[in-house]
Amino acid sequence: MYQTTYHRASSVDEAVSLFGKSSEAKFLAGGQTLLPVMKQRLAAPSDVIDLARIKDLIGVEASGDTLTIKAATPHYDVATSDTAKKAIPALAYLASLIGDPAVRYRGTIGGSIANNDPAADYPAALLALGATVKTNKRSIPADDFFKGLFTTALEDGEIITAVSFPVPAKAGYEKMRHPASRFALTGVFVAQTKSGEVRVAATGASQNGVMRVPAIEAALKANWSPSAIDSVSIPASGLLADIHGTAEYRANLVKVMAQRAVAAAG
Amino acid sequence: MSTVKLTVNGKAVAVDVEDRTLLVQLLRDHLNLTGTHVGCDTSQCGACVVHMDGRAVKSCTMLAGQADGASITTIEGIAKGDELHPMQAAFRDNHGLQCGYCTPGMIMSAIDIVQRHGGQLDEATVRQELEGNICRCTGYHNIVKAVLDAAGRMKVAQAAE
Repeated sequence: MYQTTYHRASSVDEAVSLFGKSSEAKFLAGGQTLLPVMKQRLAAPSDVIDLARIKDLIGVEASGDTLTIKAATPHYDVATSDTAKKAIPALAYLASLIGDPAVRYRGTIGGSIANNDPAADYPAALLALGATVKTNKRSIPADDFFKGLFTTALEDGEIITAVSFPVPAKAGYEKMRHPASRFALTGVFVAQTKSGEVRVAATGASQNGVMRVPAIEAALKANWSPSAIDSVSIPASGLLADIHGTAEYRANLVKVMAQRAVAAAG
Repeated sequence: MSTVKLTVNGKAVAVDVEDRTLLVQLLRDHLNLTGTHVGCDTSQCGACVVHMDGRAVKSCTMLAGQADGASITTIEGIAKGDELHPMQAAFRDNHGLQCGYCTPGMIMSAIDIVQRHGGQLDEATVRQELEGNICRCTGYHNIVKAVLDAAGRMKVAQAAE
């Protein structure tokens, strides 16, 4: 790792001010992605600004039809939160599938979506549930937040403070886990909103990162059941292909994971 | 350079380190606590697992500064004098050490698993929960046996307290 200067912010305002004073700062939450990248010398921030101890950024709350997860809440706390399990069990289940137990104690939802890894789990939940990303400056709908591989709508120095999820009528998430990295080879989140809209998002599949799957949405809108997806065909063009799986394989996984997710959602 | 103040195995310490120092480097190179191992150095193998404020974390994927103010327990801090921690004793009795390289991380993760699950542990759960710890002897069988054995012992020990 190259030299860097570590700062621990005690408030969002302090973190913003520290960022403004640094030449090339990065925000650090759980560090489960940023630190490995820095160790490989693929990133060399002049300063790292630790957000993980800012109390306002930690916690899970439900109010009316909205579940809010604050940005620095570790995956373990989401997976085991009674509030999250009651409001959106599929979301708590998704959190329980990220990485391994030690990674889940440290990794955070804010870090996951700010990084926007094409195979990360949370982006699929945000997109399928129609979540809203709250930052220190504004609210960004999930549809406008994810901008392609490792790219988001966040501006330089903008800090995610929370993610708000509308509680759906039904939701499910299933993924084919890569056995070594535990990232999603492909994962699909399906949701039926309380107004009857169907939203489906796949992660780990597209070359452009998380994506909606309109063909499956249409099939499920007509008939919410795993068999409704039988006749859907997902084109392989634009999907990821690597040593772990071809684009055709991933295209099939989108379908199969969606079917399993619908079955899990009930 | 920064001064990192933390509690390690019950003892307050203050260490001057470069800001890029990892927690595992602080433990091994500055405090000479070499029981915590570095295996893959990419947060996959779990040889470096220690407890921070009671939670099992990978110390190769944390800056020392992130642990400032925290309480760290390493493999050196779990026995009571000459009396092994029940998890250590169970690893010895069940031949769960094998080459021994992954053992410190296995034991620290396993204690965390038992603490989270209490008496609800079964073999499938142990195997799933140990997915962040890799044994290159590939002899998970005795490790799983040791964790299940220790879960029983820790329950008895807890009831006696």
